[in-house]
Amino acid sequence: MRTLPGNTMNTFVPYPFTHFCAGLLLLFCLSAQAQPASGQQLQDVLIHLSQGAMSEREQAIKQLVELKDPRGLPILQALLAGKLLALKTENKLVIADGDDQNYAVRDAISDEPNGMVSAEQISKINLTNKLRGNLRKIIGELELNADSPAIRLAAVKAMDKDVDERLITLFQQRLTVEQDGKVKQAIQDILLLQKISGGDKNQRIQAINELKDHDSQDVFNKLKTLAEKDADGHYLETDSDIRNIAESAIASINNRLRLYSAIETVFFGLSLGAVLVLSAIGLAITFGVMGVINMAHGELMMIGAYTTYVIQQLMPNQLGLSIFLAIPAAFTLSALVGIAIERGIIRFLYGRPLETLLATFGVSLFLQQAVRSIFSPLNRSVATPEWMSGSWQINDFLSLTWNRFYILIFCLLVFVLLMQILKRTKLGLEVRAVAQNRRMAKAMGIPTARVDAMTFGLGSGIAGVAGVALSQITNVGPNLGQAYIVDSFMVVVFGGVGNLLGTLVAGFSLGIANKFLEPLAGAVLAKILVLVFIILFIQKRPRGLFPQKGRAADA
Amino acid sequence: MKLISLASQDKTTSALLTVLLLVSIFIPLCNLLTAADSPLHFSAYTVSLIGKYLTFALLGLSLDLVWGYCGILALGHGAFFALGGYAMGMYLMRQIGARGVYGDPLLPDFMVFLNWKELPWYWFGFNNFGFALLMVVLAPGVLAFRSRVTGVYLSIITQALTYALLLAFFRNEMGFGGNNGLTDFKDILGYNIQSETVRSMLLLLSGGALIVAFLVCRWIVSTKLGRVVTAIRDQESRVRFLGYRVEMFKLWIFVFAAMLAGVAGALYVPQVGIINPSEFSPLNSLEIVIWVAMGGRGTLYGAIVGAVLVNYSKTLLTGLLPDAWLFILGGLFIVVTLLLPDGIVGLLQRKLKGQMA
Repeated sequence: MRTLPGNTMNTFVPYPFTHFCAGLLLLFCLSAQAQPASGQQLQDVLIHLSQGAMSEREQAIKQLVELKDPRGLPILQALLAGKLLALKTENKLVIADGDDQNYAVRDAISDEPNGMVSAEQISKINLTNKLRGNLRKIIGELELNADSPAIRLAAVKAMDKDVDERLITLFQQRLTVEQDGKVKQAIQDILLLQKISGGDKNQRIQAINELKDHDSQDVFNKLKTLAEKDADGHYLETDSDIRNIAESAIASINNRLRLYSAIETVFFGLSLGAVLVLSAIGLAITFGVMGVINMAHGELMMIGAYTTYVIQQLMPNQLGLSIFLAIPAAFTLSALVGIAIERGIIRFLYGRPLETLLATFGVSLFLQQAVRSIFSPLNRSVATPEWMSGSWQINDFLSLTWNRFYILIFCLLVFVLLMQILKRTKLGLEVRAVAQNRRMAKAMGIPTARVDAMTFGLGSGIAGVAGVALSQITNVGPNLGQAYIVDSFMVVVFGGVGNLLGTLVAGFSLGIANKFLEPLAGAVLAKILVLVFIILFIQKRPRGLFPQKGRAADA
Repeated sequence: MKLISLASQDKTTSALLTVLLLVSIFIPLCNLLTAADSPLHFSAYTVSLIGKYLTFALLGLSLDLVWGYCGILALGHGAFFALGGYAMGMYLMRQIGARGVYGDPLLPDFMVFLNWKELPWYWFGFNNFGFALLMVVLAPGVLAFRSRVTGVYLSIITQALTYALLLAFFRNEMGFGGNNGLTDFKDILGYNIQSETVRSMLLLLSGGALIVAFLVCRWIVSTKLGRVVTAIRDQESRVRFLGYRVEMFKLWIFVFAAMLAGVAGALYVPQVGIINPSEFSPLNSLEIVIWVAMGGRGTLYGAIVGAVLVNYSKTLLTGLLPDAWLFILGGLFIVVTLLLPDGIVGLLQRKLKGQMA
């Protein structure tokens, strides 16, 4: 689905900056290993860096590396990122922290703040592309020996695109001292990948066999090159044994890819199902328990979504907290609106479901227009907190987005909570009693009018909570409710009215069915097919998947 | 003869028929006989508008037959209207011939635009007016379905059906013009569709169709079939136990109403000059319900009164206060169901009875 603009803002950090942060960390890491050079030595090298010809700069970079000074790496990283500046007035180099018109700078050697300078006072140190490439390698090699395993791992991953003889020796050296399992694995993988390309046949076969179970895009690409043909139809790889092994390895990876894509589809289906269940479950209560068709249900979800929006506007700096506050707030607000609808309109229409449908539809139009008048007809975007954005990268081929994952969990939580309320609380007992036999319940002293209001409030409140979840994955706008109302009714009817578990099963199965149909038929046609399927299904079994049995069925 | 005797059964009916006849004969006549600057001359806009109201009245009438007399609250009745409209729209598209923007003699503009090479099979035959008329009636009739499903379930299913059709007709691949629908019509039966004569004739036709449909509906509800249908509305299970095949009666009345809705759609399209998938939107179908509820259901003339009144106020209010229209429509739904279960007609009748007593 759509990514919110706010999302990308949160997660996107420019590349040089990450590099720069890594540099700051390294300052501490390297200090333990290397002998600091004297300030004067550094000063001399740096002067060559800022002045003189390109070849002198190259020389200076080499010297800087040879000094093995811990201060060297951040300077090189700043140089690569274009943040190493020469002050025109003084004979020294500074590192810029900002990149505005006015730079906040620190001294390159002492790392102390050196005030603000304007663009006229400084000159950037330019590099040729070749030099830049070399510099990148040098930095990578320095990082490969960093103390933090995370930085070493990142360095290994960054260097795997362009592996040459020198790097292979470097990797092999590192492998002898490397302690961290992940880094070791990453280095081994790269070395194995190199072995596939050429050299001893047995080694190549062994490398393929060892790598074929790895879920790595690089391995897959490499294997595919082995099975490629050139324009004349000849294989690029001349050795047929290797080709055959590579092809069978590709087949097994393809099998795994199919499995992963099935897993992904099921996950997407479950998350779509979670949304459907969340939006239908409140309806299942009002429709199933009370026999009331609430066409304004979608608009109650819309109220929940707008509540999230408003709370987020009130506290823009605490996205995470605002979501947690929005859940009870949306519940309360929607429940109050729901109770008002019940007391004001629906209670006069009990036993006339068609009239209830029309009246609540009127309410839904009213609420839609109210939101349009208050918040404008345009869609509002609700930002997603950082822990909910991004995705869970399981391997190169499979990643699951966090927001859908959380919504799935949230849906199950809401469902369990609702079941507990209906099963274990006094209100739940009364609700079930009234649903089974209203007149008998009344005769036993249950205040049915109050129970009706509370039930309707509960169903509406859950719609509000569903709205909070929806605000995280879709546009918040006046039409939010309308988009879901037909779907939610379908889920309730498909699952069997008056059966919450049926709603859950129906929601998830429809979600999964929809996602499996989508690649075959396209999103719109998939939706149409699902709708038509439900219509036909209800023709055959008018009471849904799990029909109510016994006397309650006649009511 | 029988129709005429039906027409003069009661005062309300004859009053309504007189008004309808007057409107559908007087306005076209005035337009054709007077000069453009005469005070009796109606603008082309007004003529089309009144024609549109008449087709809406016919649509409301057809819903009243299923809802008011058979108790089926169909929330997808607009789908039949739109299907009839599309059938007529396809005929009108085929009449454009080579005069489209791309000048293709065979394919409508949108197909050329989508790079289609030949006309889809379901478009064949639509250059024949008779065939198109047949489709206007048949397409909705075929879609109407027999169902054991009752009450609110049927309402929800019909709503889902029109929603599914809405999604389907939005797809370019369906070959019905996708999002933009069918428009840019030129001729109907060889006459320029923009000309005043044709507009007046269409108004006359709409009025005529409404009157005939009204009389036929009156006749249907007074026959034995009509009585059984009414009985189904009041006590479905009892009628079934008496040995009637309830589904067949329902199907019959549903198909007939769907066909009427199709005719209404077919008359609507040449007058407004466009048909697009938004006609399938569930909101449109719900609006039809409110016309009928507002006018008073189960009376037939109530539906006509309601359709004209609601649509007139819609035209008026969307011009004056565009933001307020949904508030008013929403309010109408609530007020009518809570306070006016018999609609305006019912209210007036009660008033009249009170005066007489």
